[in-house]
Amino acid sequence: MLCFICVIIAVIPLLSILFEVVVRGAPQLSLQFLTQPSGVIGQSAGGIGPAIQGTLILIGLTSLIGVPIGVLSGVYLAEYGNNKYAASMRTVNDILTEFPSIVVGITVFSVVVLNTGYHSPLAGAIALALILIPIVARTTEESLKLVPNSVREASLALGVHKWRTTLNIVLPAAKSGLITGILLAVARIAGETAPLIMTVLGNQNFFSGFDQPIDALPLRIWKDALMPYPSSQAQGWGAALVLILIVLSLNIGVRIASRSRLQK
Amino acid sequence: MSETPSKDKMQCNGLSAWFGSKQALKNINLTVKANSVTAIIGPSGCGKSTLVRCFNRMHELIPNSKIEGKVLLDGENIYADHVDPVLIRRRVGMVFQKPNPFPTMSIYDNVAAGLKLTGVKKGKNLDDIVKQSLEKAHLWDEVKDDLKKSGTSISGGQQQRLCIARAIALQPEVILMDEPCSALDPIATAKIEELIVSLKRDYTVVVVTHNMQQAARVSDFTAFLYLGQLVEYGATISVFENPKSELTEKYITGKFG
Repeated sequence: MLCFICVIIAVIPLLSILFEVVVRGAPQLSLQFLTQPSGVIGQSAGGIGPAIQGTLILIGLTSLIGVPIGVLSGVYLAEYGNNKYAASMRTVNDILTEFPSIVVGITVFSVVVLNTGYHSPLAGAIALALILIPIVARTTEESLKLVPNSVREASLALGVHKWRTTLNIVLPAAKSGLITGILLAVARIAGETAPLIMTVLGNQNFFSGFDQPIDALPLRIWKDALMPYPSSQAQGWGAALVLILIVLSLNIGVRIASRSRLQK
Repeated sequence: MSETPSKDKMQCNGLSAWFGSKQALKNINLTVKANSVTAIIGPSGCGKSTLVRCFNRMHELIPNSKIEGKVLLDGENIYADHVDPVLIRRRVGMVFQKPNPFPTMSIYDNVAAGLKLTGVKKGKNLDDIVKQSLEKAHLWDEVKDDLKKSGTSISGGQQQRLCIARAIALQPEVILMDEPCSALDPIATAKIEELIVSLKRDYTVVVVTHNMQQAARVSDFTAFLYLGQLVEYGATISVFENPKSELTEKYITGKFG
């Protein structure tokens, strides 16, 4: 009974947030809202097209940088990580997973933005990748470890090289776990705000080059929320709903991926 | 049981093996005759599995393991510096205690996996090799209509024969079997035993077993291992009917083990 009450207490804020976002955000949704750039601040709200575009660009770039590095790190830790060196890597990885994202943002600002001289999608993607890599590495390692050792031995005993065993036998066996981990990590970085503030900066307009600032949904929400104008705040609610829908659909993707694993 | 086997296929000379600081094999000297079935018996933990895993260099995959001495395959030391263990494993196949078909592959792909992943025998007709291997493993008639089904969808006994077919497909010279029936029911066991006897026509078979009746039924030669030492080795009939060592006699009459 006590547990049940606790669950209710935990769920109420979540539901009330969802309710509030849907009630305030839903009226904003329209084709125009999703595709048009922002209007003049304080006068007309306009759309969040640049923010959606920016978030999609950031997700794509981040995955491009982070997923291969994360997966390969996980493969190393699981398949070749039987030494002291890997043990310390695992610890560092665990610390990175819990690293404050604003610190990641400042680091990338001082290393990338200050050196290149401009805010850019790439700087943002590097910051997000630094958050994504440890998560993907961890989940990859965990799902590879779930593959029974007898399967590896079967392949090695056939005279198959270790790298081919990993690539053709172990990775396919862990596929749904890998996909789940990657989608969860992408869902996590899609909602990150802090690392973006100092790296992509935000932009009222659409993407105009890799040396220019871009917008992103969490940034748009953050900026709109600070505005005194009702039209901006309404835009923020709409952007929040869109972001939640993106994260939600990624989570549903995870459910589907992990369900097919159970059926196998 | 068959034409008198004569040629020495494998030989170990002064073979010792360790797990970390624990010595699992102590100075083993043993000769495996070509086209024969050699059984390795002994109580749990006596080093039976370790011994066969030294025959195809699988033992060294275990962290902190160590090996001393020689293992000869056709007179050549497989532990010599220039020898690639991967190539040895293609010549000396292995079947494990628990059936372990590749979970993501169909029956067909399981048998073809060795050929595909090692890149050998390119251009040869895969379909023919898969069919021949499954026939040799006495499995073809049961699965010929289900080749596209998952390798893990068939029964345990069938899975074990699938693993044997997978090993055969690479046309090894020696097949090692590490307690191949210990996870199977009596009927499946009988089928595997029948298969083992038929395999020696083309291959040299070494089978680890803790079942002495099985050793007596299928093997031409028997080695009795105890606490990492080779206590007795000879023709199966003489080991079982006229053991030289008191220890062997006690073990095969069930006084310990």
